[in-house]
Amino acid sequence: MTSAPVLLELHNLACERDERILFSQLNTRFYAGQAVQVLGPNGSGKTTLLRILAGVSREYQGEILFKGELINKVNWEFASELLYLGHLPGVKKSLTPLENLRWYAALQGAVSDAQLLAALEQVNLAGYEDTPCFQLSAGQLRRVALARLEFSKASIWILDEPFTALDKAGIAKLENRLIAHASAGGLVLVTSHQDIRFPQLQTLDLQDFAENSTVGENAHG
Amino acid sequence: MAKSPSLFGATFRRDLLLAFRHKGEMINPLVFFLIAISLIPLGIGPEKALLMRIAPGILWVMALLATLLSLDNLFRSDFDDGTLEQLLISPHPLYLSVLAKVLAYWLATGLPLTLLSPVLGGMLSLPSGAFIALCSSLLIGSAAMSLIGAVGAALTVGLRKGGLLISLIVMPLYVPILIFGASAVTEAARGNPFDVQLAVLGAILAIALLLAPLATAGALRVSVNG
Amino acid sequence: MANNKQERLFMNWQWFHRLGSPRWFYEKTDAWVPWLVILAWGLLLVGTVWGLGFAPMDAKQKDSYRIIYVHVPVAFISMACYYIMAIAGAVGLIWKMKLPYMVMKSAAPIGFAFTIIVLATGSIWGRPTWGTWWEWDGRMTSYLVLSFLYLGIIALQNAFQSRDTADKASAILALVGTVNIPIIYKSVDWWYTLHQPASLNLTSAPKIHISMLYPLFTMIAASYIFFTLVLILYTRAEILRRESKTQWVKDLASGVPSKGDKA
Repeated sequence: MTSAPVLLELHNLACERDERILFSQLNTRFYAGQAVQVLGPNGSGKTTLLRILAGVSREYQGEILFKGELINKVNWEFASELLYLGHLPGVKKSLTPLENLRWYAALQGAVSDAQLLAALEQVNLAGYEDTPCFQLSAGQLRRVALARLEFSKASIWILDEPFTALDKAGIAKLENRLIAHASAGGLVLVTSHQDIRFPQLQTLDLQDFAENSTVGENAHG
Repeated sequence: MAKSPSLFGATFRRDLLLAFRHKGEMINPLVFFLIAISLIPLGIGPEKALLMRIAPGILWVMALLATLLSLDNLFRSDFDDGTLEQLLISPHPLYLSVLAKVLAYWLATGLPLTLLSPVLGGMLSLPSGAFIALCSSLLIGSAAMSLIGAVGAALTVGLRKGGLLISLIVMPLYVPILIFGASAVTEAARGNPFDVQLAVLGAILAIALLLAPLATAGALRVSVNG
Repeated sequence: MANNKQERLFMNWQWFHRLGSPRWFYEKTDAWVPWLVILAWGLLLVGTVWGLGFAPMDAKQKDSYRIIYVHVPVAFISMACYYIMAIAGAVGLIWKMKLPYMVMKSAAPIGFAFTIIVLATGSIWGRPTWGTWWEWDGRMTSYLVLSFLYLGIIALQNAFQSRDTADKASAILALVGTVNIPIIYKSVDWWYTLHQPASLNLTSAPKIHISMLYPLFTMIAASYIFFTLVLILYTRAEILRRESKTQWVKDLASGVPSKGDKA
């Protein structure tokens, strides 16, 4: 594991919100090929941490390094290597799945319609590419969002509760997709209320870095 | 690696597409404009001389209010479905993405208002010599108002009921635009030149083009993390 | 000295500013407040009595011009207050500190109140001179719009549940307003001359004799000091409100002598 390149490094990462310290002195490294689950009870800052790593939030103290460089110095490279799926599906209901994916493809560049259709097929939405998304169920909406994983060139996947609204088959398929991505040298960071069955799943427990923790610095992975 | 122009184009086209899929939202400000203008003679009497005198100011005030009405829609749906945060984390500059959205928004709201205004001007007995001034001042002014209004929309998008608050915080900022826009039409109605007023409006638009998307981008970051 | 150490602390370790800055400000201003009160009220008394009582009468406006001894200083301050508010917001945004946001939040209602006083005194001035309670002249209209800008900030501040978001959003709005104020002022000025080219600006000061200026300067100085005093008092209250859960505030409330460094 230590021979794999370090993709993300966190130095003394801390976050405070409305007079509450969510976590502090978070020092850890994430390597290529890792799949990491962030643990912690509700309100412990899991979502906040993922949003900070994805670049949605800039409210943190400490440093985040991407391939050895501070992320604000290599913003383009870092953001291009990142894919983030948050709680909200990120799908416009008035557009069709294909139109939604076309916009995501533009974020990345050089993705043909054929690739997008193939991606939709991978998530069992073949035939729905021209159906307005407000006619889709919650599970189908989530699958439109997950279709992004099929054509993404990003190496770091940050997924917040990606298994929401999926049925058993969908969950299994997503798990396989994530494992494949990690095996191919990517990095996967997830949170989930469900049990995740990955081989060699690493964990990062935010309670170790909470305000009253006596554990203090605790690097996993 | 994708280049900035392609995301600008993609966001612009997507927003324009969305606007046309929500034709109701596009029509509403126009209907408001129409009804509000119609209330004026009902309120103050149909005497042509009086209407002619106040037409420039009234047209501009009502166009301003109609623009305010639809501002909340600029970022709200993106905020609600999560596409806004995707815009925030994309490598492309947020400044350009904001500009693309505001441009699409202006084409869907400000431009139709401008095109409708001569009709309403006629209803208020606006002299025909003022129509060009009306349309050109509204064209430039509505673009500036869209840009400045975007800041207000971005600041309040995280609030569930941002509507009235947007008006409160944006209306004082519209005062210069209103003054010069209405003055352009008033002068044109009297047969005087109005190029100074248009030039000032253009300068305000230029400043807005430069600075407003910056403030909007900052405000979006604050709202998304609120 | 202890305070230098704390200053260095909060500048180097922003993470610890929570322990440093607002409390430092609170304790430092403990000593200032009594002096400011004496100075402010003293100068106000002198200036008011002098201006309202002893300064010479104006030829045209007789005694009613005396309102400028309140109107003009307050006008300066309500405008300055907006810039102070915006600068505080900018400092908070750039350096991510807490105290500037508290100052900004305190300045907004103060500035609004001063603006209302400007409008009220302007109105009182207009009545005997021009016979109307309200005139849409250049300055009055500008200050009316300024009051709207203040209202917008106050409304925005109170709309958010998260204080951090409220602070940052108001700071951005204050900065946008700052850029706009000169533009608004110039356009209203232009608008006024356009519509009323012949008449005098209602609230312009009459030809002023040097003996009238001394009380005016006194009042201006008094108003600035008074404003500083009120801003400090409001900020202190805001500090206590926001830091109410910390130990030093709890000690303060229960009368336990403070363990920290005193000013």
